[in-house]
Amino acid sequence: MSTQVAVTQQETAVIVPNGSGAAAILSAGIGSFAIAIFAIAADKSAFVKDLFVFYKPTGALSGETTAAVLLWLVTWAVLNWRWRKRTVSLGRINIIAPGLLGLSLLLTFPPIGDLF
Amino acid sequence: MEFTTRSLWTLIHGMGFGALYLLAGSGAMVALYRRNLTDSSSQSAPGGDRFLGIYLAVMAALSWLTVLTGTYIIYPWYRATPPAGSTNLAAFPRALLLSHPATRQWHMVGMEWKEHVAWIVPIAITMAAFIAIKYAGDLRYHLQLRNALRGFVVISLLAAGIAGFFGAMLDKNAPVEGGQTIQLVGEEIK
Repeated sequence: MSTQVAVTQQETAVIVPNGSGAAAILSAGIGSFAIAIFAIAADKSAFVKDLFVFYKPTGALSGETTAAVLLWLVTWAVLNWRWRKRTVSLGRINIIAPGLLGLSLLLTFPPIGDLF
Repeated sequence: MEFTTRSLWTLIHGMGFGALYLLAGSGAMVALYRRNLTDSSSQSAPGGDRFLGIYLAVMAALSWLTVLTGTYIIYPWYRATPPAGSTNLAAFPRALLLSHPATRQWHMVGMEWKEHVAWIVPIAITMAAFIAIKYAGDLRYHLQLRNALRGFVVISLLAAGIAGFFGAMLDKNAPVEGGQTIQLVGEEIK
């Protein structure tokens, strides 16, 4: 019995905290959602559209996607830095991140994106 | 039998990187399902965790190659503006699609959705690869991380499927053609 307890305690001690995973999940949701938001913003405003032209042959798509990828990476780095040694509650993150991912699928669909 | 450099790039982008990603995606689902079966009861097969991480990392590389070739090599050819007064729009797929009511929505809905939704794929699958590599065997202790991993792989496949479908249909209605001609098999003209 005492050996079993000792083994369980040893196993618990070496489990990697879920913080880094939580940071990756939430930032992926935010990055995906940013693609949809930037696409809608560029579609609605000529000023924003011009702002997103990072590479002329590709047009605003270059800026929308580069900005979203940068936002994703920065968010990931910051969250990972803050959570890497912690065990965080994944319940809410596992609802918010896939929700943002699902919303980005819907909002990039032009008939829905055009509603805004 | 010949094709152009632009059509070669669309082949590399769609039939190469993109289709390979979709094929690999079904394999990833099987691997994740099998991984889940062993999670609660026992250790996974030796090397299995490492294999899953490498497999998802290869998928992530494929997805990045797909979106980068699509956005920065093929898309500029697709959206090129024809010179004023042009009547032959074959070299300008976007203009060709928009010129006819029957094909207009392939651009307005198909391309507009594809060009953005495709970028969700590398973000989602890079995250999945990171978790699989970082946690490897420890994933068996993290049910919620495993659930997120599976969810993001499924959504990345859905997004890749949407992009792939519209890519194929757009290329069917207005193929990206032009550039140098590459002759595979030629016939002597008598």
